[in-house]
Amino acid sequence: MTALYRPGRSESPLARRMLIGLALAMTALMIGLPVVIVFEQAFAKGVAVYAASLTNPDTLHAMILTLIVAAVAVPVNIAFGIAAAWTIAKFDFPLKRLLVSIIELPFSVSPIVAGVSYLMMYGGQSPIGAWLEAHGISLMFQPAGIVLVTIFVTSPFVARELLPLMEAQGREEEEAAAVLGARGLAILWRVTLPNVRWALLYGAVLCAARAIGEFGAVSVVSGNVRGETNTLPLHIEVLYHDYNVVGAFAAATVLTLFALVGLLAQTILAMRMEAREGRNPTGAH
Amino acid sequence: MNASAPARQGTGARQRSVLPGFSLAMGITLGYVGLVVLLPLAALSWRAAGLGLDDFWRIVSGPRAVASYLLTLRAAFFATILTVLYGLLMAWVLVRYRFPGRRLVDAAMDLPFALPTAVAGIALTALYAKNGWLGQPLADLGISVAYTQVGVSIAMAFVSVPFVVRTVQPVLEDLDPEVEEAARSLGATDWQVFARVILPAITPALMAGGSLAFARCLGEFGGVIFIAGNLPFKTEITALLIFIRLEEYDYPAAAAIALVVLASALAMLLVINTLQGLNRRWAEPRS
Repeated sequence: MTALYRPGRSESPLARRMLIGLALAMTALMIGLPVVIVFEQAFAKGVAVYAASLTNPDTLHAMILTLIVAAVAVPVNIAFGIAAAWTIAKFDFPLKRLLVSIIELPFSVSPIVAGVSYLMMYGGQSPIGAWLEAHGISLMFQPAGIVLVTIFVTSPFVARELLPLMEAQGREEEEAAAVLGARGLAILWRVTLPNVRWALLYGAVLCAARAIGEFGAVSVVSGNVRGETNTLPLHIEVLYHDYNVVGAFAAATVLTLFALVGLLAQTILAMRMEAREGRNPTGAH
Repeated sequence: MNASAPARQGTGARQRSVLPGFSLAMGITLGYVGLVVLLPLAALSWRAAGLGLDDFWRIVSGPRAVASYLLTLRAAFFATILTVLYGLLMAWVLVRYRFPGRRLVDAAMDLPFALPTAVAGIALTALYAKNGWLGQPLADLGISVAYTQVGVSIAMAFVSVPFVVRTVQPVLEDLDPEVEEAARSLGATDWQVFARVILPAITPALMAGGSLAFARCLGEFGGVIFIAGNLPFKTEITALLIFIRLEEYDYPAAAAIALVVLASALAMLLVINTLQGLNRRWAEPRS
C-alpha cells in the first residue's frame, strides 16, 4: 500500500463503487434528463412538425436577432476585457482591487435588476431617455436596448479570464519589448495576446454563451414583439405560453446545441490552457 | 489574484512604468465601467430614492413583497443545501476516482451555466410536471414538484450546480495525501478520515461555493418562472414580482423592490469575498 499509495485508492472498493454509482445516477437525473427531454419534446410530433416549427418566420427572426446581439456584445466585451486586464495587470495604481470588484459586479446583479436599471436609465421617464426621445432616438423596447443590457450582463467574462493570467505572467516580456523600441499596439499584439490567447478564447466562449442565452435582463427591455424584438430565449417563452410546446422545445433544441458546442469548446480550451499556461480557467462565475 | 510581484517598484517615489498605453487603457476601462455598470445602477437607486422614505418603505414592506422575499429565501436555502451536497459528491468523485466517462461528467458540470435559463426552465417543468418522467413517479409518492415551492428549489439548484463543484474541486486536488495516510496508519476508518481530516479542510471552500450558489438562487429568474406556477403569496419569487410591477407600468415600485434585491446581492457579495478570503488563506500556506 505504501509504495503504491494514491489518494482515492484507499477507501474500500465497495464505498468507492457506491459513490461513483450515486454520482453518475444523480448527474443523469439532474443534468442529463433535462437535456434529453428537450429533444424528446421537440420531436414528440415527428420530424416534419419539428422542421416546420424551426422554419417558422418568427422563430427564424428570433434566431437572427439573437446572433446579431451576440455579434455586437462579444467583440465589445473582448475589447473591454483586454483594456481592463492590460490596465490592471501591467500597471500599479491605487484602488486596484475596488476596480476589479466593480468590473465583476454584473455577475452579482440579478438579471431582472439589470434590466430594470437600464429601463430606469434609458426609459422615457428618465432625463436621459426623455432627451434621447426628443432627438428621435428610443432605445428601450428596441433591439438596441437588448444589445445594451446584454453588454452589461456579459461584460466581466473576458476580463475575468484574462486578468489573473496576465497578472501571473508579470511584465518582463512587455518591458523587454518596450525597451527594444516596440510601440504599444505591437507589444499588445505580438507579446501579450499570444501569451493569453486560449484564456481570451475561453472568455469569449463564455461571453457568447451568455449573450445568446440571456433571458431575464433582456425580457425587461424587450417589447416582446414577435418578429421584431424577440430573441430566441424570449421567443421560447412566447411559444410556451401559447401552448405551442413543440415550437418552444424546437427553438430550445437550437439553444441546447449551441450550449453543447460551447461546452465542447470550453473543454478543449481548458485542456490547452492546462498544457500551455499551467492553469485552469476560473470555472465558477 | 495578487500574483504580481509585490513591491517591485516600491522604493521612494513611484517609478514610471516603461510600458505605454496606461492612460488610454485606463480611460477606456473607467469610461466603460462607469457608463455600462455604474450609471444604470445609479439610475435605479436614484429612481427608487425619488419615492421618498415613506412610500419606499410602504412598497418594499407590503405583504406581497414580503411573501416573495420569504419564498425566495426559503427556496434558495433548500436549493443551496441540495447543490452543496451534490457538488461535494461530484467534486469528490471527479477528483479522487478514475472511471470511464469521467471527462464527460466533468464537462457536464458546466452545463447549467452553458444552457440558457429559459431552456432549463421549460425542460425542468416538462420533467417534473404531473405526467412528466420524474413528476409522475413523484406524484405517486404524493410529492408534487411543478408549480410548487419544491419546484422553485429544484430549478434554483439546477442553475447553481457548478459553483460548489468548481470551488471544491481544486481544494480537494491540493489536499496533501500524507495527512490522510497518517490518519489511516493511526487506525482511522474511511468515515473518520473524511469527517475529521478532509471535511475540515474543504469546509471553507464548501461555504464559499455555497454562498455563491445562494446568491445566484436569490436573483434567478428564467430558470424558475416556468416551473414556479407564480401564484402571489405562494410561489411568486421576488424577481417575478418586479417583472409584474413593470408590466403594470408601476415603475417606481419595480425600482424600489429591485433596489432591495440589489442591496441584498451586494451584502451577499461582501459575505462571499470574506469566505473566499478564508478559503484562500486555508488553501495557500501549503504550497
